[in-house]
Amino acid sequence: MLIDLNVCTGCSACVVACRAENNIPITGAHEAARNGTIQWLHIDRAWSGGQDDFSVESRPITCQQCDAAPCEPVCPVLATYTNSEGLCVQVYNRCVGTRYCALNCPYDQRFFNWFDYQWPTPMEVQLNPDVSRRTRGVMEKCSFCSQRVLAAERAARSEGRPLREDEVQPACVQTCPAQALLFGDLADPDSRIARAWRHPRLETLLEELGTLPRVRYVRRQDAPGAEALQPGAEDDE
Amino acid sequence: MNATSPAAAPISIAPGREAPLLRPMLVTGRAYKHMVILLTGVISWGAFCFIYQGFIGLGLTGLRRPVFWAFFITDFVFWIGISHAGTLISAILRLSSASWRYPVTRAAEAITVFALGIGGVFPIVHLGRPWLFFWLAPYPNARMIWPNFRSPLEWDFFAISTYLTGSALYLFLPMLPDLALARDRSQGWRHRLYRFLAMSWQGTQQQWHRLELAIQLMAAVVIAIAVSVHTIVSWDFSMAIVPSWHSTIFGPYFVAGAIFSGIAALILIMAILRRVYHLEDYLQPKHFNNLAKLLLTMTLLWGYFVFAESITTWYGNLPAEMPAFWSKISGHYAPLFWAMVLCNFVIPFPILAIKRLRTITGMVIASITILIGMWLERFLIVVPGAATQRFAFDNWYGYFPHWTEISISLATLAAMALLYMVFSKLFPIISIWDVVGQAPAPTGEGIAEPGPGGAP
Ligand code: SF4
Ligand code: SF4
Repeated sequence: MLIDLNVCTGCSACVVACRAENNIPITGAHEAARNGTIQWLHIDRAWSGGQDDFSVESRPITCQQCDAAPCEPVCPVLATYTNSEGLCVQVYNRCVGTRYCALNCPYDQRFFNWFDYQWPTPMEVQLNPDVSRRTRGVMEKCSFCSQRVLAAERAARSEGRPLREDEVQPACVQTCPAQALLFGDLADPDSRIARAWRHPRLETLLEELGTLPRVRYVRRQDAPGAEALQPGAEDDE
Repeated sequence: MNATSPAAAPISIAPGREAPLLRPMLVTGRAYKHMVILLTGVISWGAFCFIYQGFIGLGLTGLRRPVFWAFFITDFVFWIGISHAGTLISAILRLSSASWRYPVTRAAEAITVFALGIGGVFPIVHLGRPWLFFWLAPYPNARMIWPNFRSPLEWDFFAISTYLTGSALYLFLPMLPDLALARDRSQGWRHRLYRFLAMSWQGTQQQWHRLELAIQLMAAVVIAIAVSVHTIVSWDFSMAIVPSWHSTIFGPYFVAGAIFSGIAALILIMAILRRVYHLEDYLQPKHFNNLAKLLLTMTLLWGYFVFAESITTWYGNLPAEMPAFWSKISGHYAPLFWAMVLCNFVIPFPILAIKRLRTITGMVIASITILIGMWLERFLIVVPGAATQRFAFDNWYGYFPHWTEISISLATLAAMALLYMVFSKLFPIISIWDVVGQAPAPTGEGIAEPGPGGAP
């Protein structure tokens, strides 16, 4: 996934879409005050500049789907692993809740079900039937909407054709009004994302840890230290 | 729990030098019974809290992102540490043929087995879904799912079960001759119990020879296991990429800390036994004195480790590690940190170093402060690393324990006391054959001075 920080307005539509798509529980104000919320996707805001002349960088942060995910080897029951799609998946049914993975995720992108969360009426009628509700005591995190990936794959297989590039869109990508997010198949060299993946203005979070995230950010042009805009550099990349 | 009444004495006290050592097994006072009731109450309350927590969810505890581990893991490391008392100390003393060890070994070995059993419960208590803990065991199942052998928690599982097996054997083997003695002196259900446990021990020359061989072997094996167990426990932290956990020194640091707290626990329990069971003739000041010297060494070693760990962190000044470091030295956790230094070094060091202060009372005080200090040490390893801001993300969260966490921890303390009390009612807490030497001394070396025969 590619996230263009130049375009993101910080509107948080992606956050809401994620919550609706993935049956993310609403934990309430009391829990929010003590860091008990569950947010697979959240907007990290960085403020810079002075009192009157400031700028805000909004950065949507989610599970980085690390290629060398530190969260995986520490799970004693193999409840989290990299599947054949290259996604770091979380198997809720297998999770016993040691929470070791959450400590070992340098991005703090794993969330624990501290309680059996309930949806206030009438919100339970809009739960997504394709996504399981998690019980208390298991870990959860962004899955890149793997239910959508699976559904698209099934459809493609039943029609006996390869998966088309634009067929799968995670909820956040689909929703973003500014089209700041780009999702695709890196294994396909002709896909848009594969072509954009090596752009020099891309950055990864905590690159020095060697987790090889599969989420990259297009750096802001006005970010401190950003090289001057090369006209045309980001066209069709 | 223990249906012994002084009226129908199940073991007849034969006039002999072992009598005062068998005495605690059959004389049960009122205080003992009250204590058992009290402890059972505390344990039941802890069990209730655990079940309650299981129904509500772990949200009941003070844990929240990013502090995913806190009280229970602290307790876990602490108890595993205590378990090093026993086996390690008694095994080292046995291998080095320190003859003053005789009255100390059994008490130490029992601590190991019980502390290990209690410590092993905490990883389960701490699970989000504790009823599925058996998924950590590699058992054949229809879906061919195995545990993840790459996970340090899985290593823990094997390390602890190995250690529990080894230390239980190491407790049991030297007890064989005593069990046979108790078998010969008892009637009723106790006789049947001891007959079963004594495994037809007759005390022949060949049996002694084999027993001695087995004990020596187990002593060597158990030292290796004990060192590896606490190293593996420390690797739960060092293997993670959490700044301030990821430290190469943790293996030896944890082992040293474990032996440190283990000796403190041993001294404390010996002092209580001596008082309650009137074993002044057997647990003499010289035994305490020798243990205190060991404890002094470990105090210094501990101080050295903390210094080495802190100064390298400070000098290295890695941005990721500094928030946790400063929170301990001068920030949110500073009161706990300095209390730990006080409890582990400032108070016990003079008590143990100055001969005039090294009385049994002094040692008990030192041991209690060390036990508190070591618990704090474990807490300060686990929590600040997780709670302070890691890397770039502002997720700071101040952890505060919930009463269920405290109750469950206290309940395990009560469980330790109760297990120990029941054990001392069922088995001689001081190795009779070692101390009294009514059997031929297997190694042929000097036998400790037996105490005067009569009951005090
Ligand atoms: S971001 Fe965290 S949870 Fe996601 S794959 Fe990486 S380590 Fe695992
Ligand atoms: S929906 Fe798009 S523009 Fe809005 S916060 Fe998310 S990424 Fe940014």
